[in-house]
Amino acid sequence: MNETLMLTILTIITAATPLVYAAIGELVVERSGVLNLGVEGMMLGGAVCSFAVAHHTGSATLAIVAGMLAGMLLALIFAFLTLSLQSSQVATGLALTIFGIGLSALLGQSLVGIAFEGLPRLHVPWLSELPVVGRLLFSHDALVYGSFAIVILVSWFLNRTRAGLVLRAVGDSHDAAHALGIKVIRVRYMATLFGGACAGLGGAYLSLVYTPMWVENMSAGRGWIALALVVFAVWQPGRLLLGAYLFGGISILQLHGQALGINVPSQLMSMLPYLTTILVLVLISRDRGRIRRNAPASIGQSFYPTT
Amino acid sequence: MSISVYLKRAGLVFGAAVLSAAAMSAQAADPFKVGFVYVGPVGDHGWTYRHDVGRKAVQDEFGADVETTFVESVPEGADAERVIRKLASSGHDLIYTTSFGFMNPTLKVARDFPNVKFEHATGYKRADNVSTYGARFYEGRAVIGTIAGMMTKTNTVGYIGSFPIPEVVRGINAFTIAMRKVNPDAEVKVVWVNSWYDPGKEADAAKALIDQGADIITQHTDSPAPLQVAEERGVLGFGQASDMSAFAPKSQLTSIIDNWDQYYVDRTRAAMDGTWESMDTWGGLASGMVAFPEYSADVPDDVKAAAEVVREGIIDGSFHPFQGPILNQAGEEILPEGGIYDDKTLLGMNFYVQGVQGELPQ
Repeated sequence: MNETLMLTILTIITAATPLVYAAIGELVVERSGVLNLGVEGMMLGGAVCSFAVAHHTGSATLAIVAGMLAGMLLALIFAFLTLSLQSSQVATGLALTIFGIGLSALLGQSLVGIAFEGLPRLHVPWLSELPVVGRLLFSHDALVYGSFAIVILVSWFLNRTRAGLVLRAVGDSHDAAHALGIKVIRVRYMATLFGGACAGLGGAYLSLVYTPMWVENMSAGRGWIALALVVFAVWQPGRLLLGAYLFGGISILQLHGQALGINVPSQLMSMLPYLTTILVLVLISRDRGRIRRNAPASIGQSFYPTT
Repeated sequence: MSISVYLKRAGLVFGAAVLSAAAMSAQAADPFKVGFVYVGPVGDHGWTYRHDVGRKAVQDEFGADVETTFVESVPEGADAERVIRKLASSGHDLIYTTSFGFMNPTLKVARDFPNVKFEHATGYKRADNVSTYGARFYEGRAVIGTIAGMMTKTNTVGYIGSFPIPEVVRGINAFTIAMRKVNPDAEVKVVWVNSWYDPGKEADAAKALIDQGADIITQHTDSPAPLQVAEERGVLGFGQASDMSAFAPKSQLTSIIDNWDQYYVDRTRAAMDGTWESMDTWGGLASGMVAFPEYSADVPDDVKAAAEVVREGIIDGSFHPFQGPILNQAGEEILPEGGIYDDKTLLGMNFYVQGVQGELPQ
């Protein structure tokens, strides 16, 4: 296989992985009927905390756990405000993003300009040494494999388990779920916390692997792309994986195109994830049947428990 | 200077409390107050970091006679005006605003405070109490271009650009001309990331360039991310604005360093003894505004020597990074032998020279 092509694919994998994490978490959140627009803020919280822990302890595992906890903590604030106090999900989510940007910049003040050598790559005996396949499939860090595992797990959970069915029921009609005796608020709390942990993981990937350093606002809009990705994937984990690699691929190929002298305005390429998402939204609103089947019906609505 | 003192005298305790920092210092020994407005955090390891080093040089030079303050991470735009106005109204005698986007806010505030002196970095609008200053970084790029030309094995050098503005295009051309003087087969690939500071994108751009055969990476963006990638992939690179060897101990060959220390000391002294005048300064290697740290041990002696010839030639005036013959991308001569581009051409540069691949986005 062509060396350039292989290296390009490896680069696309690193570009797509943070998107996969942030988006798969948000997918679960939205399937439970909650719209959390604070992904960007939670990613930054995860990025700064995991980098701080990595810098002070040198432990990659602790750093990853710290990133997840930071994302969960921010998600808990969101969950408390929207689920317990029933504030508007849209406004609270936006506030969470703005809060996360500011808070992470504050926490990260002493971390700017510090180098960190990054996560170790996993080395699988024999498999990693295979000529093409070895480098393509068996030469990544643990977080890349984790991103695939989590998509498969979420897909299995949503479609094959009773708990997943409960979560979908809550997302589709919280009143009906409530009538059946399901604890709607509790389910949504758990989904939101899961979403926070995933966004935190995405952030941890940015500051530990993608560019092993901390700078203010380093997610640079990837949280918003993740939100678009969930809609693009029509709330299906498999399509989400595809979409993440498509969006990641576009941004990398755009840079390759420039280096090859192909003159496509790079601003247009930056718009593409959002343009395709709008296109999908248009298709969804046209097709009331097949495409729409997975869209959670009660998304963004506050649940007021009766009795 | 006067407002806080006035407020105190008038017994306006509340007003004095608001301006407490200014008021307290005014009470002490009435030092000359110098303010700095930064666009990034002082720990950005690049542009703002170097300005803050300059501020510390001023503080060291004058000791207790000068009091310096800085405000970091000031967004360009309406917020900037508020910050500059706050500094001017709290008794600062000289204010440095260190980003292009502070140009109009600086001028606006300067109109209202004719007794306060302002210094705006990289701008072109001046007033009686507003000077401008900038550095001829392209001179430094000619030096690293020479090194790159002699050290590239693939004859492909990757250049990560921020925005296709004359400042950046000038650097690309100076680099390319110097590189091809020592290696006529070498070419430059440019990738624009449309940002001064987006580590993820800068890293991706570096990877794309390395994947396409570049074995040396240079950049006109501010984060150390491209150098980190170079280190990881085992190719070479140059630091930007400050010494970035902490991020790439093996890869960084040298670094173009912004050095504002002397300028800040000189201008502060001029403002203190009353000889300050509004003027435009465009300093380079000769004035020390553009400087180099030690070359890395991996730079061979003959390359070091060639780089020094260029650097010393620029300093003593015997060599200019833009002296003819210069060819455009089509190979036509656009500047004949013996010609030198004047500053006006340099300031408006909007074309690539021969050796740069691709089209310049317009």
